[in-house]
Amino acid sequence: MGKGSRSAVQASPVSLKATPLSSQHHAKFQEGLSVKEPKEKLHWKGFSSSAKNRALFKTSYDDIMEEPPYFYLITTYLSYIILSFFGHVRDFYGFRWNKKAFAHVMPSNGYAALTSDWDSFWTRNLKMRIEDCFSIPTTLVPGRTINMLERVTKDYCRTFQFTGKLKEAVNLSSYNYLGFAQSTGPCADAVEEVVHTYGLSSCGTRLEGGSSDLHTKTEELVAEFVGKEAALLVSMGYATNSTTIAGLASKGSLIISDELNHNSLVFGARLSGAFIRVFRHNDAADLESVLRDAISQGQPRTHRPWKNILVIVEGLYSMEGSIVKLPEIVELKKKYKFHLYVDEAHSVGAIGPRGRGVCDYYGVDPAEIDILMGTFTKSFGAAGGYICANKEIIDHLRLANHSSVYGESISPIVLQQIYTSMWSIMGRDGTGAGQERLSRLAWNARYLGSNLRKQGFIIYGDRDSPVIPLLLFNPAKIPAFSRECRKRDLAVVVVGFPATSIVASRARFCVSASHTKEDLDFVLRVVSEVGDILGLKMSSRQALEMGMEV
Amino acid sequence: MDNPILAAVNQTLQASSRAIEAIPGSEIVINYIKNSYQNDPFRVVLELGLAVFAVKYMLSKKYRIDPSHIKLTEKEIDELVAEWQPEPLVQPLSDIQRMELEKTQVIAGHQGPKPKMLSSGKNLLNLASTNFLGYINNEDIKEKAIETLRNYGVGSCGPPGFYGTLDVHINLEKDIARFLGTEKTIIYSQNFSTISSVIAAFLKRGDIIVADDGCNFAIQKGTQISRSNIKWFKHNDMADLERVLESIKKETATSKKRPLTRRFIVTEGLFQNYGDIAPLDKIMELKEKYKYRVILDESNSFGILGKNGRGLTEVFNISPKRVDMIVGSMATALSGTGGFCAGSKEVVEHQRLSGQAFVFSAAMPAMLAVCASEAINILETPEKGNKLLKDMSDNAAAFRNVVVSAPQAIEVSSDVGSPILHLRFPKNALSAAGITTRDDEKYLLQEIVDEVAVKDGLLITRAKYVENQEMFLPRPSIRISICATHTRKDVEKAAQAIKASFVKAISKRK
Repeated sequence: MGKGSRSAVQASPVSLKATPLSSQHHAKFQEGLSVKEPKEKLHWKGFSSSAKNRALFKTSYDDIMEEPPYFYLITTYLSYIILSFFGHVRDFYGFRWNKKAFAHVMPSNGYAALTSDWDSFWTRNLKMRIEDCFSIPTTLVPGRTINMLERVTKDYCRTFQFTGKLKEAVNLSSYNYLGFAQSTGPCADAVEEVVHTYGLSSCGTRLEGGSSDLHTKTEELVAEFVGKEAALLVSMGYATNSTTIAGLASKGSLIISDELNHNSLVFGARLSGAFIRVFRHNDAADLESVLRDAISQGQPRTHRPWKNILVIVEGLYSMEGSIVKLPEIVELKKKYKFHLYVDEAHSVGAIGPRGRGVCDYYGVDPAEIDILMGTFTKSFGAAGGYICANKEIIDHLRLANHSSVYGESISPIVLQQIYTSMWSIMGRDGTGAGQERLSRLAWNARYLGSNLRKQGFIIYGDRDSPVIPLLLFNPAKIPAFSRECRKRDLAVVVVGFPATSIVASRARFCVSASHTKEDLDFVLRVVSEVGDILGLKMSSRQALEMGMEV
Repeated sequence: MDNPILAAVNQTLQASSRAIEAIPGSEIVINYIKNSYQNDPFRVVLELGLAVFAVKYMLSKKYRIDPSHIKLTEKEIDELVAEWQPEPLVQPLSDIQRMELEKTQVIAGHQGPKPKMLSSGKNLLNLASTNFLGYINNEDIKEKAIETLRNYGVGSCGPPGFYGTLDVHINLEKDIARFLGTEKTIIYSQNFSTISSVIAAFLKRGDIIVADDGCNFAIQKGTQISRSNIKWFKHNDMADLERVLESIKKETATSKKRPLTRRFIVTEGLFQNYGDIAPLDKIMELKEKYKYRVILDESNSFGILGKNGRGLTEVFNISPKRVDMIVGSMATALSGTGGFCAGSKEVVEHQRLSGQAFVFSAAMPAMLAVCASEAINILETPEKGNKLLKDMSDNAAAFRNVVVSAPQAIEVSSDVGSPILHLRFPKNALSAAGITTRDDEKYLLQEIVDEVAVKDGLLITRAKYVENQEMFLPRPSIRISICATHTRKDVEKAAQAIKASFVKAISKRK
């Protein structure tokens, strides 16, 4: 995390020859999925829908979180100690001799400090140094490539100035799994029409004059797609979780949540007033022991039985790339009679042979799961989220979900994007383009993931995950990786604490159906080169990988 | 039999001591340790004891904090698991809830001042939707939106921190800050989630919130999630606010040595649940006297109140920089989506890592950001913006004049100038008519909604709440939203019809 701003100016001395970035290429893709690569090469035939078949693909290292050599762990801790030490020194002097700049973090004029918590220390002293790697402003479609607005800083990332230039890079950063982020094609055409026929806003909440027939129509399609009786749409993905759970659980209920569940689920669970317990990430055995303890002990102190128990898991964990062990949890559900809430924000559209999410992936009947939640931001190139369940639950939620009673309803343009993209995935448009997107995404995810493993990086997550986390560990490698990749025309997301544990900083690649094989080969070359510079190829499992086929 | 073992131990010890001696400087350390334990049996015993305890502690199982935990055998647990019968996730809907669902109005096609209804196929005059300035039919905004669609597509495909920040988002943030006159702005992608995130970003356990008890549900949820110390004052009652502030001052005055706690006053500009306006001048006076910060929710007043639509600060001629945080909405007056928080640089930048609904949610679609920018642009054009605002407030005044003329049947809680009008039955009229329960009151209001839809071609709605979660549930009401593009004649006619319907409904029961 060291050299803040000095390396923030991105010149582009690209050493790699083949940068597949021409706008012509881009335009061609936009016309529909470019068919540069013959379909036969996709090796998709054997990967059909049977669950048994899928089990064969599961390999021993799936979802094992590989520990790095001790050297990296110790240096990581040391780095944070040094960084925090300098932070405290800066605060010490700042509080005394630079009161103006520190006014908001110290008491002044009878007011307490505006922010005094750990977040604030972290932001000012650690995140500030690498600010150039976050919130990078972009423009145009976040598709196969992304256009970043080039910016420079003269004051160590405190402020940035735009140079007015654009930098196009291969995009491994956007949640554009199926490549529906497009400004041309059937979705965009349908959306343009809706601007005229429905307008841009619904002007109101769902219950107070903000419902249209387009809402009803889209809800019916979403319910059918997910395989549930009814659906409720919410205008923001985060709010889909944070404003729903209070309608399902209340005082006297127990929520058991995976320890790595998304912030929106934590927020929603806290609002519900229910008692909350957590279990170890994706560990069905630990879930079982929590369940046994909770049911046998009852509510704390009073020992009265719980009203009900809601287990909340995610389909695909976007920071870990791990897919929930759904069959095991469904088995537990039969024995322990809890209700199950699966957040498919990242998995819907992105996994499963028909793109219907984790149920489709494992061949589990969606009827086994009480609540299936998902978002439209990722695979559908839209915004907002849905809750799918039986009609009774959805009817109840229409009156109890905060967003649907108090929040603005989802905009018609977003509804149309959802409708058209889903229509295509379901193959109703008669072109097979949707199925091709699914196949391409699945192939791309495996291709990139297994080749990165072969190169010797520590990669977390499941083989079929379209989100591929590459572990960096040392904090100084977070900005270095991001900057080196951008220098080589590759846009990646880097994440550190507090989004991950303090040691497990990582880069995260989001594969898209819009990437071609050439793109991925380019990515592999760039990442390998950067990995050599930064010493990231620390996996001890290389040998295992070498023998494996993609 | 011992000998080989002893010999082995001896050898190991010797080898290790040689190894330690081989380290340069180890001699000094060894001598130091030897010296410090010499003739000090107490210290040796104490430190040995500590070492044993440390090992024991490390090896011991995690102990439970809960003393009421009962030890059960596996068999007993199995029985208890088999015995346990959970309640269903949701209870069946009551009659009134079913009515609520069935009576939800659905529009077929374009939203607007006279939308077509799905159920009847009739076009109704819209007094329900938050299309206050009539932007929904604005062709300039639509054109801009389509242009944006052709450049950006629909979704932003990422949270703002990870490449989801588009240039159009930055422009919108600048536009709002410039329009309001604050230093900076941050935009969230849903209005409802904005204020709860803003409150939780700054207020933690142990901090103090003083809030108006008429505040909307989103604010209530924000105070709940922040886990801070909440004190409510009576709705818009400045004497009561001062009383609360004074009592907090007394409570905290005794402990001078403790560091200052963060203290905030949270209130709404134009109240969602009552349609009245907060006395900002008096609040600012008290805030400065007692050293509180202010979060002002202008979701309904931004773009609506004030000569140029700048909200409450413009109405009271108070510099927006004095209000610490102004939270507003792009979903109401601007007919877009999302919310924002405007304030100083520090206030805004802190939220970029701590505003949970900002950090963990995808950025809003580019089209809707551009649409909000364009809507502000229109407001800033004096001949267009001022006319729209004037038409809206004149329409609202005309409507209000009609409905306040029947105080025996209608109670209006909204202030003059508010385009949100809450119409309720007066309490005495209700008791005279023998209506005692909340449900009956709701049925009666729904009758009015249904009647004016059929007879007078009006689309109106009751205000809806998640009743079992509201902290201070407002009495049932019909909420009218006035639009600038309605004609005066239409508005007056509608007001007359609604008034007649109220009078009829309450007198019928007498």
